[in-house]
Amino acid sequence: MISVQNVHKSFGDLEVLKGVSLDVEKGEVVSIIGGSGSGKSTLLYCINAIEPINSGKILVDGVDVHAKETNKDKLRQKLGMVFQQWNSFPHMTVLENAALAPRIVKKMSKEEAMEIAKKELEHVGLGDKLDVYPTKMSGGQQQRLAIARALAMKPDYMLLDEVTSALDPELVGEVLDTLRLLAEEGMTMICVTHEMGFARDVSDRVAYFHQGVIAEIGEARQVITDPQNPLTQKFLSKVR
Amino acid sequence: MDYEFHWNIVFQNMPELLNGAFVTLHVSVLAMLLGVVIAILLAIAKMNNTKFFCHVATVWVEIARNTPALFQIYMAYFGLGAFGIHLSPYVAVLSALVFINAGYLTETFRGGFQSIPTTQYSASKSLGMTSFQAYRYIILPQMLRRIYHPMTNQFVWSILMSSLGILVGMSELSGTTQRLQSLSFRTLEFFIVAAVMYFVITKLVLFSSSLLARRLFKGEI
Repeated sequence: MISVQNVHKSFGDLEVLKGVSLDVEKGEVVSIIGGSGSGKSTLLYCINAIEPINSGKILVDGVDVHAKETNKDKLRQKLGMVFQQWNSFPHMTVLENAALAPRIVKKMSKEEAMEIAKKELEHVGLGDKLDVYPTKMSGGQQQRLAIARALAMKPDYMLLDEVTSALDPELVGEVLDTLRLLAEEGMTMICVTHEMGFARDVSDRVAYFHQGVIAEIGEARQVITDPQNPLTQKFLSKVR
Repeated sequence: MDYEFHWNIVFQNMPELLNGAFVTLHVSVLAMLLGVVIAILLAIAKMNNTKFFCHVATVWVEIARNTPALFQIYMAYFGLGAFGIHLSPYVAVLSALVFINAGYLTETFRGGFQSIPTTQYSASKSLGMTSFQAYRYIILPQMLRRIYHPMTNQFVWSILMSSLGILVGMSELSGTTQRLQSLSFRTLEFFIVAAVMYFVITKLVLFSSSLLARRLFKGEI
């Protein structure tokens, strides 16, 4: 379980998270929606300790993420993350991209790492691209590679930061389908997204972020189709 | 044209010319190796927040890049000599070339490093890599690809620039050529042969570096 407790986070004078609390149970899919600058991506960065927090607490399976004594590199193995810009490693083949972390972080043998990587690449539909370099692939394919690369570490949670925002419209579908598949398989996910249809259909709950706080959170279909907070109503009327 | 070429004398002196060519290659390789090591330190210093190191690196780079190589060789040989520090021609030319190489390569390294998006680092960290692993497997290999050709250029440049050794009496290829032609008065022949030798040396360097690149960098970038 991921438990975010009253987290505050500032960049200099700018406070981007103003007391955010959110519990995500194992197996749950939670989508975070909201305008740009509302702090939704920052929350993901704080959950996997890429960004430090100013106050509050984030627990992942009971471990305090930001405590000094926490081994953050070890903790991140549990938290797969996929970014808006897919960040494939351009100097490695698709297979090497996915096999690197299992090999050097989990110290698997080369064969074992390759085996797992191959399985995950087939999982996201890139089984025929193993020896291709990522720069030769479309954004959608690279984003699926990023998902497979994260999955190869066998994470317990996936953090997805606007993974379709930088894609050409016709490529969005294939990535969302991959995420849908993961959701069906019971992967716990926190998705920051602008895809309202995806948030409504795939997630269990939706949280609406407004100026650093969660303005509304509830059952996915209810928040998207029948928002209670006027701020959520206003936001949704604009993005539709 | 009534100039009569006499090549024999040049071929008789080939061993000496080859010896000079060897010194040229020797001093350039050494200048490159030392230059790279210092440039790595200067690039780190320049990106560091400690003001003092940053200033030292900046002054070094600015002087190295904005003054003629000739002056730097003179400074090392005659300049230091005026203060009682007497360097041999070889050491004077070597120090000047190291100074310039380090200056130029600092900017190459810094640019190469900064051209790697920081998100590559975040992505590596998100996979559970330590900082060391992120640099070792992700950042540095990509950086090396980007700085490889500028580094090769710098190497060729320092081979050609070592010919300024002629001015402080160094016995590299140009110095040897100068001495041999003044003994024989076959100026044109000696300098033509020397030019061909420079050409061959630099072409060989470029060729082997692209062979090496093909082995090192299998991927696209």
